[in-house]
Amino acid sequence: MASSIRVRANANGDITEVQALIQHPMDTGLVKDSKGELIPAHFIQELKFECNGKDVFVANWGTAVSKDPYVKFSFKGAKKGDELKISWTDNKGASDTTTAKIA
Amino acid sequence: MTTTTGPLATRRLILQGAASVALIGLGNLPFAASPARAAANDKYPEDAFKQKSEADAIKALYGKSAEPSDKVKLDAPEIAENGGVVPVSVTTTLDKVTSISFLVAENPFALAASYKFADGTIPGVANRLKMAKTTKLVAIVEADGKLYSATKEVKVTVGGCGG
Repeated sequence: MASSIRVRANANGDITEVQALIQHPMDTGLVKDSKGELIPAHFIQELKFECNGKDVFVANWGTAVSKDPYVKFSFKGAKKGDELKISWTDNKGASDTTTAKIA
Repeated sequence: MTTTTGPLATRRLILQGAASVALIGLGNLPFAASPARAAANDKYPEDAFKQKSEADAIKALYGKSAEPSDKVKLDAPEIAENGGVVPVSVTTTLDKVTSISFLVAENPFALAASYKFADGTIPGVANRLKMAKTTKLVAIVEADGKLYSATKEVKVTVGGCGG
């Protein structure tokens, strides 16, 4: 299966800009389906970015993050060719991990 | 409101009591106590995400309140046509930023997202949030142990709750 995580990490000098897009329904647990039954909550709780053995950025998410979430941030201390590891876990215990080379 | 804060407050008191008892018990082992505490802070703040009002969520997440600051720059649209996807970002000129959180006041649960920053990570983040209706959006920046906030009103024409 293709990874649920799409990530782009570009180094510009000392600063690396990271953009990530994850495929996930991010159901709030408050919305009803066409039969009038509640769709149970299903959302990513934690998203972690790790580079050179260090957690550079950790996101804790609730249900108010949009479907197919997007996040962008920048960090220092990495160079082109370094690997960035991205992993998420959701409230049902599912998870996914991917690595991206910093370009 | 009083019915919900009442038992919560007692529970917190009990927890605080238990924590101080534990600290006294570990009085001769101060190094054993601190890493355990750090680990607890790294966990997913489930309690904070369940708070309905933004003030309660900030309290549950950080245990203190924030002061408005013009060093926190919150960027969000004046009018969001689709409340399901509202692009929102925060940047700040503050030093020693350890976390940034987003709260949507009128949502069923106020806390939307909370980000933790390591040393060397630039204090700024962009993401997309759901908003139930026209609401106050609050960004909290934790810098050097203090909380700073910025607020913006976002008009939502179509709510983000579907259904």
